[in-house]
Amino acid sequence: MTTSIGLGHYLIVAAILFTLGIFGIFLNRKNVIIILMSVELMLLAVNINLVSFSVFLHDLVGQVFALFVLTVAAGEAAIGLAIIVVYFRNRGTIAVEDINLMKG
Amino acid sequence: MPSVLLDQIAPAAPEVLLAVGSLVLLMIGAFRGNGATRLVAWLAVALLSLALYVVVDMPGETRVTFSGMFVTDRFGIFMKVLVLIGAIFAIPLSLDFARREGMERFELPVVMTLATVGMLMMISANDLISLYVGLELQSLSLYVLASFKRDSERATEAGLKYFVLGALSSGMLLYGASLIYGFTGSTAFPAIGAMLAQGTGGASIGLVIGIVFLVAGLAFKVSAVPFHMWTPDVYEGAPTPVTAFFAVAPKVAAMALFVRALVTPFGAIAGEWQQIIIFVAIASMVLGSVAAILQTNIKRLMAYSSIGHVGFALVGLAAANVQGVQGILIYMATYVAVNIGTFAVILSMRGPDGMMERIEDLAGLSRTRPLVAFVLAIFMFSLAGIPPMAGFFAKFYVFAAAIDAHLYALSVIGVLASVVGAYYYLRIVKIMYFDEPVVAFEPAPKGFAAVLAVSGVLTLGFVFVASPLVALAATAAKSLIPG
Repeated sequence: MTTSIGLGHYLIVAAILFTLGIFGIFLNRKNVIIILMSVELMLLAVNINLVSFSVFLHDLVGQVFALFVLTVAAGEAAIGLAIIVVYFRNRGTIAVEDINLMKG
Repeated sequence: MPSVLLDQIAPAAPEVLLAVGSLVLLMIGAFRGNGATRLVAWLAVALLSLALYVVVDMPGETRVTFSGMFVTDRFGIFMKVLVLIGAIFAIPLSLDFARREGMERFELPVVMTLATVGMLMMISANDLISLYVGLELQSLSLYVLASFKRDSERATEAGLKYFVLGALSSGMLLYGASLIYGFTGSTAFPAIGAMLAQGTGGASIGLVIGIVFLVAGLAFKVSAVPFHMWTPDVYEGAPTPVTAFFAVAPKVAAMALFVRALVTPFGAIAGEWQQIIIFVAIASMVLGSVAAILQTNIKRLMAYSSIGHVGFALVGLAAANVQGVQGILIYMATYVAVNIGTFAVILSMRGPDGMMERIEDLAGLSRTRPLVAFVLAIFMFSLAGIPPMAGFFAKFYVFAAAIDAHLYALSVIGVLASVVGAYYYLRIVKIMYFDEPVVAFEPAPKGFAAVLAVSGVLTLGFVFVASPLVALAATAAKSLIPG
């Protein structure tokens, strides 16, 4: 029998997803929607962490936490999209490189 | 048993009151339309004042409820009073501005009230889950407030930047929280604290990484360097009354959360996070002092000033002892008093062509409006930390705590940074008193004089209220760090 999937594997997947999310925010020069997707990816990574810890610790709190994170993430996406809509109405673009009225 | 239920809810009475009350205000606004904005605003002020009364009236002993997720103690009561005072002053200051700038909508006071509920929950959070929920309630409300002037390019850009960076910081905070949960087996602060206190081998590497992520997320929320990039843009772009609100209430709440989230669970392994806080404090103090020198916009200047002041307050957290927490409490109290007054002056800078935001616009204020110039000069002296103003005593207590904890390098750098910072505060005084007047401001709206008077008297006469305040802060700090 080969080695089974352990906690470490889940944590590595979550860490990779989290890093991808952070890089998605900082390296993306095109579209704010991609930033929104990257944020969701980070929260997803956190949920994988929480659920796998919850299973391996035999403790339900982690799964409850994950449900809270899911709920709040939905609210966050709603508010983020609303802000992007009002921004688009004013500027006619949501390209990241055009968000530069204020500097310094 | 109904009485058992009431006993469970009683420690969270102000939060429940504000949450239910803000929903009622929302209904009033929805049925009466935007014509009811002033009514809703003054009802919100009344609601917040009632909550303030409930908070002050609470018994001082530490009480936990909601299965240990929520704690009320003297530390929380002290910070909640500051947050509520900030919100009570910020809502009336916004009324005149909202009417003139075409953003008079009833949602403004309602969203401010909801943000305040989130802040009170943050201050009372005793568990990683309630920390996250309170923080997000506050942050989501603040994203909306920043872009509240929805036909303004700068306000929506400020809201967008705040949202993206705020969401990033929430993600980092959560990742840290998940690691802390995984490596300690609990999300409750006291349980984590008890586990670490009896452990012998120190902290595991996973836990330390978790704490680093948690601190990064919290540093974002208090706008400490290196996570401060959003602050100047959001302060400059957001409508000025919203900036005034940002500068006082969320800052106090986030600082309270920062202190509680490090001291209660991780007090036993203070050595692991002290280094990070020292670095963050030094970087914030230096950047806040140096970067502000080149600013021409007064709101942007206040943003860098707030970054610097967060650095000074974090000196108290770096000390990680009772004196340090006491210093933070005194610092935040004076910070709220001075900033409300300063923003009342900024909000009354209205010329013939609308709001003025450049520092040069203050030229000759001592001749056109001598009293306002005098009060603003007091605030600037206080922010610079010149005795006998309030700001000097605030800095004195945090640095005394740092010296007590043998953090000599940190204290020396902090005092030097405060000297550099004095340059740009005194430059404002120089512009007001020695430059020729260019434009005369319109008369300030009614009530601003009262705000300025209260704030100015508290700042100038701090020595007379100092001893009860210091005593209150001492008991509050002891409730957080017993023994």
